Formats: sequence, C-alpha cells, structure tokens
Amino acid sequence: MRALASAGRRVGGRLLAAIPAVLGVLVLTFLVMRVLPGDPAVYFAGGPSAGQAQIDQLRAEMGLDKPVPVQLMYYFRDIAGGDLGRSLTTGQPVLTDIRQRLPASLELTFSALLIALVAALPLGILAALRPGSAVDHLVRFLCTMGVCMPTFVTGLLLIYVFYYLLGWSPDPTGRIDIFAGTPPDITGFLLIDFALTGDWAGWRAAASQLLLPAVTMALFVLAPLARMTRASMLAVLGGEFIRTARAMGLPGWRIILVYALRNAVLPVLTIAGIVFSTMLGANVLVEKVFSWPGVASYALDALQASDYAPVQGFVLLMATIFVVVNLVIDLLYGLADPRAGAE
Amino acid sequence: MTAPLLDVEDLHVAFATRRGTVEALRGVSFAVPAGGVLGIVGESGSGKSVASLAVMGLLDRAGAVTAGRIRFDGQDITRAGGRELRRLRGAALSMIFQNPRAALNPIRAVGAQIADVLRAHRPLSSAEAKARAVALLEAVRIRDAARRAAALPHELSGGMCQRVMIAMAMACEPRLIIADEPTTGLDVTTQKAVMDLLSGLVRERGMALVLITHDLGLAAQYCDAVTVMEAGRVVESAPPARLFGAPREAYTRRLVAACPTPTSTIAGLTPDAPPLPPAAPAPPLPPGAPLLLEVQNLSKRYPDGTVAVDDVSFAMRPGESLGLVGESGSGKSTISRLVTRLIDPTGGEVIFEGETIGAVPARDFHRAPQRSRVQIVFQDAGESLNPRFSAFDSIADPLRRLAGVRDRTSLHQAVEEAADGVGLPRALLDRYPHQLSGGQRARVGIARAISVRPRLLVLDEPTAALDVSVQAVVLQLLERLRREKGLAYLFVSHDLNVVRMLCDRLIVLRQGRIVEEGESDRIFRAPAAEYTAQLIAAIPHFRPEHALA
Amino acid sequence: MSAAPLAASPGRPSILRHAAWVLRGNPVTAAALAGTALLVLVALLAPWLAPYDPVATNVANAMRPPSAAHWFGTDQLGRDILSRLIHGTRLDLAIAASAVSLSFVVGAVIGAFCGYHGGRLDHAVGRFVDVLMAFPLFVLAMAMVAALGNQVQNIVFATAVINLPFYIRFARTEVAVRRQAGWVEAARASGNGGSRIVLGFLLPNILPNVAVQISLNLGWAILNAAGLSFLGLGVTAPTPEWGIMVAEGARFITAGNWWLVAFPGLALMLAVLCFNLLGDGLRDILDPRMRT
Repeated sequence: MRALASAGRRVGGRLLAAIPAVLGVLVLTFLVMRVLPGDPAVYFAGGPSAGQAQIDQLRAEMGLDKPVPVQLMYYFRDIAGGDLGRSLTTGQPVLTDIRQRLPASLELTFSALLIALVAALPLGILAALRPGSAVDHLVRFLCTMGVCMPTFVTGLLLIYVFYYLLGWSPDPTGRIDIFAGTPPDITGFLLIDFALTGDWAGWRAAASQLLLPAVTMALFVLAPLARMTRASMLAVLGGEFIRTARAMGLPGWRIILVYALRNAVLPVLTIAGIVFSTMLGANVLVEKVFSWPGVASYALDALQASDYAPVQGFVLLMATIFVVVNLVIDLLYGLADPRAGAE
Repeated sequence: MTAPLLDVEDLHVAFATRRGTVEALRGVSFAVPAGGVLGIVGESGSGKSVASLAVMGLLDRAGAVTAGRIRFDGQDITRAGGRELRRLRGAALSMIFQNPRAALNPIRAVGAQIADVLRAHRPLSSAEAKARAVALLEAVRIRDAARRAAALPHELSGGMCQRVMIAMAMACEPRLIIADEPTTGLDVTTQKAVMDLLSGLVRERGMALVLITHDLGLAAQYCDAVTVMEAGRVVESAPPARLFGAPREAYTRRLVAACPTPTSTIAGLTPDAPPLPPAAPAPPLPPGAPLLLEVQNLSKRYPDGTVAVDDVSFAMRPGESLGLVGESGSGKSTISRLVTRLIDPTGGEVIFEGETIGAVPARDFHRAPQRSRVQIVFQDAGESLNPRFSAFDSIADPLRRLAGVRDRTSLHQAVEEAADGVGLPRALLDRYPHQLSGGQRARVGIARAISVRPRLLVLDEPTAALDVSVQAVVLQLLERLRREKGLAYLFVSHDLNVVRMLCDRLIVLRQGRIVEEGESDRIFRAPAAEYTAQLIAAIPHFRPEHALA
Repeated sequence: MSAAPLAASPGRPSILRHAAWVLRGNPVTAAALAGTALLVLVALLAPWLAPYDPVATNVANAMRPPSAAHWFGTDQLGRDILSRLIHGTRLDLAIAASAVSLSFVVGAVIGAFCGYHGGRLDHAVGRFVDVLMAFPLFVLAMAMVAALGNQVQNIVFATAVINLPFYIRFARTEVAVRRQAGWVEAARASGNGGSRIVLGFLLPNILPNVAVQISLNLGWAILNAAGLSFLGLGVTAPTPEWGIMVAEGARFITAGNWWLVAFPGLALMLAVLCFNLLGDGLRDILDPRMRT
C-alpha cells in the first residue's frame, strides 16, 4: 500500500518533469524545421503543383508572414489538433502515414530488444559468476567486438551469408513476401495478428522475414547489455552483504537468485531504457538495409525527396517516444527498488 | 584440560597479487575455550581480519592457507569443502562484520534476512521463521520488533543494524561468534550499548566470542584473554590485566603507551621521542586587543530543514587551544567548516581578530585577507590531498596563492622549511599521496596548513583515520608545533581522551547545541551535565583505576 | 597501512616512461596504439599510398573480385576499392576527430561548471540537455544535415552537437562527485577561487575518466559519420568515404558481390576497435594512482 502511494507520487512528479522536455522538443523541432531551405508553405501544401491560392492560404494559415512567437502558437495549435501537415510523396496527412507505418518499426524494435535481452542477460550473469573462465573471456570478446560493428555492415553481411550463400533466409525486402497474404489489421503487428487469426503459415512467413533485421538490431545492442549485466553482477557479488550471506551459511542458489540478482537487475533496467532509445535511432539504418516499411524509412525517403512534413512528424514522434520510455523505466525502477520510495 | 573450541595452530596465509605473493599471516596460533572471550588486537596490516576470514573459509579468491591447522570442536576444518563449511557457517560458527549497514542486503527487509538464516539451517516454515526472527530482534533489544522486522537497512541507525547482525549471527545458536571490528564507526555511547549487549548475550548462552579490534580499551574491558598481532605474527598473549599492566614485548609496550587514556599525557604517548619544548601558558590579552575568535549565536540550517548548528557561541584567545567534542550529528564538523569559512552560516556571527568574516560569502572568501590566517587540517589526509599533486605541489599551492611566493627558489625553500617543520623527509616531497603512508600524508596536510603562518588552526579529527601508534606521533607533532609557534587550535574530535591531552578548554556538543563548557581536567573529574557524564562513562577503559563510574 | 619504504625517491616519473611501462604490461593496448598510429599514418600519406586514383572510373573493369591487380577488387564504376579505402581514412578520421574535440572541449567545460556551482545554471543546462537527448542520434543528425546541407563541416557540427549532452552530463557527474572531497575544500582554504578550482583542479582530475570516453566516442563518431553517409545524408558521391562505399555496395550484395561491402566494413570495424581498446590503456597512463 505504501509502495503504491509513493509510486503514485513518483509518477506525478516524473510526468511534471517530463513536460518541459516535451515542450522543449516541440520548440526545437519548430526551430529546426523553419530553418530548412525553401518555402515551408509550398512543402506543407503538398508540392509546387498545388495551386498558388492554396499555397497562399496555407501560408496565411501557418502564419509565415506573422512574427515568430505567433507562428509558434499556430504550430502548437496544429500539433494539438493532430495536424502534422500533408506528405508530398504519399498525398496523405502525415499522421495517417505514421499510424500506418509505426507498427512495423515497433514490431522490429521490440523483437530485437527481446532477442538481445534473452541472449545478453544469461551471458552477462554467467560471465560474472565464473570470472576468468572461457565464458567470461568469450563474453568480453563479444562485447568488445559488438560495439565496433556498424549496424548496416552487419545487416549486409548477414544478408550475404544467410540469403546468398546459405539460402536460409527469404528475400530481404520488406515485411512479408509480396505473394503471401496479409492478415486483418488488428494491431498492425504481423506476428500478433497472424497468431490471433490462427494463420500459422503466415506467421512463419512473417517471422522468417523479421528474423534477419531483428537479429541485426539485436547484435547492435547485445554488447552494451551484456557488458552492463556482467559489470552489475560483478559489483553486486563483490558486495559486503554477499559476504555476510555466505558467512551465515545461506545456500549458493539462494545467494545468487535472491540476494545477488535482484540487486544486479536495477542498473540493467536503466540501461535497457537507454538501449531502447539507441535502437530508435539505429532503426533508420536497418530499415534502409532491409527495405523495412517503418516510420524511419518513411521519414528518410521523404527527406531525400525534399518533403519536410513527414520529417517533422517523425522527429516529434521519436522524441515523444523517448520521453515516454524514460518515464516508464523510471516507474519500473521505482517499483523494483524499495529504497527509491523513500524520496 | 579440555580441548579448546577453536584451535588455530601455526597458520600461514598468502595472497597472490600482481606484484607476487604477499604473506599475510606467518605462523599465527591462538585458542578459544568453549564459552571464553578472546580479543585479537593489532593495527592495520597486522592480519587480524585475515585470520578470522581464514577460520570461516571466507578468504578472497586470491588468498589461500599455505600451512598450519584450524580445528573447530575437535574437527580439522583447514581444507574443508564448500558443503562442509556451509553447514558450519551460521550454525556452529558465525561472524559479525564492520560497517553493518553495508553488510546487510539493502533491498531486503531485516526480518526476512534473519529468517533466511534460520531456514538455511533448520527445517522451519516461513511463518515460523518469521516469528522466530521477531523474537530474536526482541532479544537484541530492538524496540517495536514486529514493526521493525519489515524495515530496510537504510531506515535503521548504525547501532540498530549491528544489533540485527548480532541477531542473525545468534539465530541458530552457534558455539562461536567472531566479531570483526563490530563497533568501529559507531558513536561511543552506541558502542558501549552494542558491546554490552553482545557480551551479555554471549555469556548468557554459553557461546564463545572472538573480538577483533584495534581499540585496546575495548579488548581489555570485554575479554578474558588478549592476543596482540603485528605484521602477520602473534607478539604476545595474556589476560588483559597482565598484558596491559606489565607488557613484556617491546611492541606491546609501545602500543599500550600510545593509547590515550583519561590520565595520559602527550609526552607519555611516545616515550622514545625527543622531549617537547616547555608549555608556555597563553599570554594574557593586552587591553583593547580583540579576541582571536568570537563566535556569536552561530546557526546552520539546511534547506531540507535539518539544523546542524543551533545558536552556538564561544570565544578563543590567541595561542589558546579549544576542543570541540561530540558524537555524530553534534555539529562539530559543521562548526569547523563555518569558522574556516568554507560554508556560510544561516544565522549568527563569526568574528576573527575583530573583523566580521561571517559576512564575506564562502564563495569569495579565498580573496579575503584573512584567508591565510585561518587554516584547516582535515580528517582523512588521503582524501584531502589532490591525487594529481605531489606532496611538494600540495604544500606549495597555498604558498603560491596566499603568500604570493612565485619564484622557484623561494618556493622550494619555503616548502622544504615546512616539510622540515613537520618531520617529513625531503626525499618524500616528490611522491604522490598513494605512495605515502597514512602518517606521512597527515604530515603533508599539516605542513600545507601551517606553511602560510596562520594564527588559528582548525583541526577536524586529524588523527581519526590513523593507527594508534601513528596517532601518537602526530599528536606529539601537533603539540610541539603549537608550543613552538604559539598557534591557536580549534580541535574537533569525538575522542575525549585525545582532546583532553591537547586542549586546555573543551566544549561538549550535542545535536548542534552546547551542552557543557569548561577546563578539560575539570570536566573529566566532575562533569556537570548528564550527557557529558554518559560520554565519559562510555569510554572503554583498560585499567581498573581508569573506570570512572 | 604499512610505512612506505624510505628509499631514494624515484623522482618525478615522466609520462613517457610511465607510458612505456603500461604498454609493456598490456600488449592489447600496445597493439591498439599501433593500429591507431597506422590509421593516422595512412590518412596522412594517402595520396602516396593509394595505387590508383580513387575517383577515376573504368567501366570496363567494373565489379571485379579481389585480384593481384586490385587487392580489394573494383566497384560498379571500375574504381579501385583499396585506393578509395585509403583516401576514405582521411575523411573519416578528420570528421571524427574534429567532431569529438569540439564536443569534448565545449561539453566538458560546461558540464564541469554546472557540476561545481549547481543552482539555476545547472537546472537550465540540465533541461536543455534533456531536450537534446530526447532526439535519438540519427534523428537529430538527419534534421540538422537536412537543414544545413551536405557539406563536411555540417556533418562535423551535427556529430558534435549529438555528442555534446553526453560530455556535459559526464563532466557534471564526475565533478559533482568530487566537489565535496577534502582536497577541493583544501584548495579553497589555500586561496583558490571557483573558476580556478574547476579548470585547474577538477578538470585535470576527471581527465583519466574522460579520456576513456573520448576514445570510445571517436569510434562512435566514425560510425555516425559512416552511417549518415550510408543514408545519403553525409558526404556525397564521388568522394571516397567508408559509409558511402558501403551504401553503393549494398545494392549488389544480394547478387553475391561481397567485396564492395566487406572491405569498407572491415576498415570501419578495425578503426573503432583500435579506438575502443586504446581508451582503456589511456586511462591507465593518465591516472597518477597507477604510477609507481
């Protein structure tokens, strides 16, 4: 009960603290986008082919002739109303495009995070339990190598080995084979939607398509996760209270599971949050290599076509997700660490 | 004659380090009879902790027993395997560690931790173990035990955490408890309470106790027999009355002499040192001359509401030495920082030589002309020396900044003069702090402070982190400097014996307020306040004639 | 603490001698240092080392696998990959070094002052850093390069800005931890003011830890620059740069032409590896506590 009340206080406090960050993000995006070359009105109208009248109307609406603070107000008003502009290349409102493409990016990121955690956590723990052993050296070697590999190179090399040489993976283009059917759009997550409709053949097809890009992203974050797990576990195992537990004759498994792991998991939680945000950034590279139809490639294509409304929408989206993820991690941390409630 | 419960015979322990093998124990032997209390005393590096860890089989990965035997209850456990040791630990022999808060699991309730120990050795249900844990907490005199059992270590005081550890150690009724510096870091009154509790429980239940400590008084007061260790070897072993009354070995004699007692003198701490210059009483104040230091209604209140210093007033004359005594939370360190103008007061005045230095903000005080006249020596010299500065640099810094000594030759001269004054060999000036011993670092800290010829030297527990023998030498140095240079000392400490020797007057503080003030000898003989009397009574004594009831 | 032997003092150990001592005991660091030196050398001597002109096309000779004439093969326009690789070293190292220097110098000083003084300045900078960090790396870089154009200095600037919050936070934490240390109080008692303490005492003290970060950062900066180029936001064709080379080669890998991607990828990996391993070695050299 006490934990819940203090958790509630923490949520409130963190939300309040997050507001300036979100505002700052909005303002910074506004500034950056207005600095872009070209006439924003033209781009937000949907292209030079839009009628001059429409462009002028949009210019008045966007307030480009008004002083900057007024423009800022218009901008906030638009954002609040969900009006992120219209994409030149797709012709649709940016919000619609983002809603269509976001599940692809999220599915990729979450799968990658899952794979990375499942691989990194046991490796890190094992390496800490047996310092100096073969496992320890292997893990340290993997970590050193892992941070050196550029994601896009790893992805391409994996394609070369598993698609070209071995033929195990399907054509690395997009989420699903053009000839396979797509499931009904329940959540937008192919794996979930296929499972919900019981279409296991489709599930396998989607999963095999997802595997290579997810592994590429997972490799990218495997190293910092494993390294942090190992370091955290080592630090905890060297702690005085572990020595006390041994001195009192507690059984080994209990010491590791109840005493060591619960303490070691706390910093890992923090770094999982950081890792998730890093992945949001690296999304762009993987989506490009595998032609994955996510938000990042949407924004990138738009950028190269000088279509700026989607770019603005993408930047806002990413920053907001980051703030939300940080909030969630903070809350989880507060629940996991009973000391944090004492604030 | 029955066999001793714990019999350690010619124990050798070595550690593998990057620089080769280091021998921590070189043939240590001692024995503890069933129900007896043995004290093992020694300074840092003596190997006393290593011996206890070896007995419990808790040595670091890099350490190993290379020779000798450990017998517990007739059974040879020197090379006992993991399973065998686990069976014994907590159930037959237990250990209590220093720094109890760090020794407990920070995210697990204390009751649960005690229950874990119980269930590791006895087939108890979760509810039974919980109930027994609460009963144990009551046995160690923790009030409101049922509610406290759900508390986390950081919610309990240091003394309470140590009681929890005692409860954990006793939970399965072991035959032997090893206590490794169980009261270091605790206030002297808490120390007495914890030691009384521990020794009472141990005698009540017929357990044997091994008390490892650097505090000779503690060993003398609570143990049947005391073993003195130095550099991995046993020097001497005897009942405390004989050991401290008539020590046979030279090392023991030096150690006993160096221990401050209610009747010791500075000169008596180091009988082999050259004699001190005569003590000149502080000259009377010429009429009209201002007092050296006047503190009026000084207060320090922090933004979160804690009041560290509450309406403290006192005064000092030039050449006088005044002691500030108190336990943790008494505000003595805060007062030392306020007087030295490292932090700002929230109320009251600090007047130095007639000028109100309290008005100058701490941020700007480095530019004030009085900066060089009030200097400070810190507690942990290792922490107060810039790790990137050599000893020379550390001493030279204030000379450069405050005395304006810039050119190389004068600087070298001044630094060397300061080093000579504190007995620091000139060859050590090029060394970095991590290459110096504790005593050498203390000397550098003192040289740095006096190099700019201050009028008032504030000393914040300058010897608290030092071994007793090193402390004796440093105290001697401080007294000699005071007499030679006519410095005034504001000496902050929790150790009443030390303060009594060095200071003519002393002030007793408690929770930010002055409890008592007066001449040191008078306070010791006849304390007026009850708190002062409690403090004095709590000091561990090792000669019967020093037990001041 | 046993008394240190009173033997003749070793005198002030020079940094060079200490460095040699560390390297002798740590072959991995020595190898990393050699690798880094090699990279710098290649970058400096590029025009003389490269066997062919990196931008000269020769379509007749396109897409040749590695051979005696072209050690690393040729790309889709017949350009020698080895020569392009060598010239690319120059660009990538230059971008990384300038970006990291910029963000380190500015960020560490700002962070140190924030950590020491706290208060309103600290709060304001903290909020600004929060906002900056809310933008995932590439997102911000993309936006900046899109806004400012595809010139090299803009890539440097964008990478520097991305790294800035990291140094600010790091320096701030390191300084805040040391702010209450005894030796800082002693420095104040010795007559040193705030600025002098931050610049002369605290910054040098946190240097060993920052040095490790700088090294890791250099590797990171190279990956960033290459990534941006891969996306088409960095350096433009036909300039030889590792990221662009991978981008151009990406199209052909599904057909089995691995050498266009593998060699630039390997170069990237080796460069980052050297910098990372060097970071640990640097910490040992600069930290006086390791000196004996």
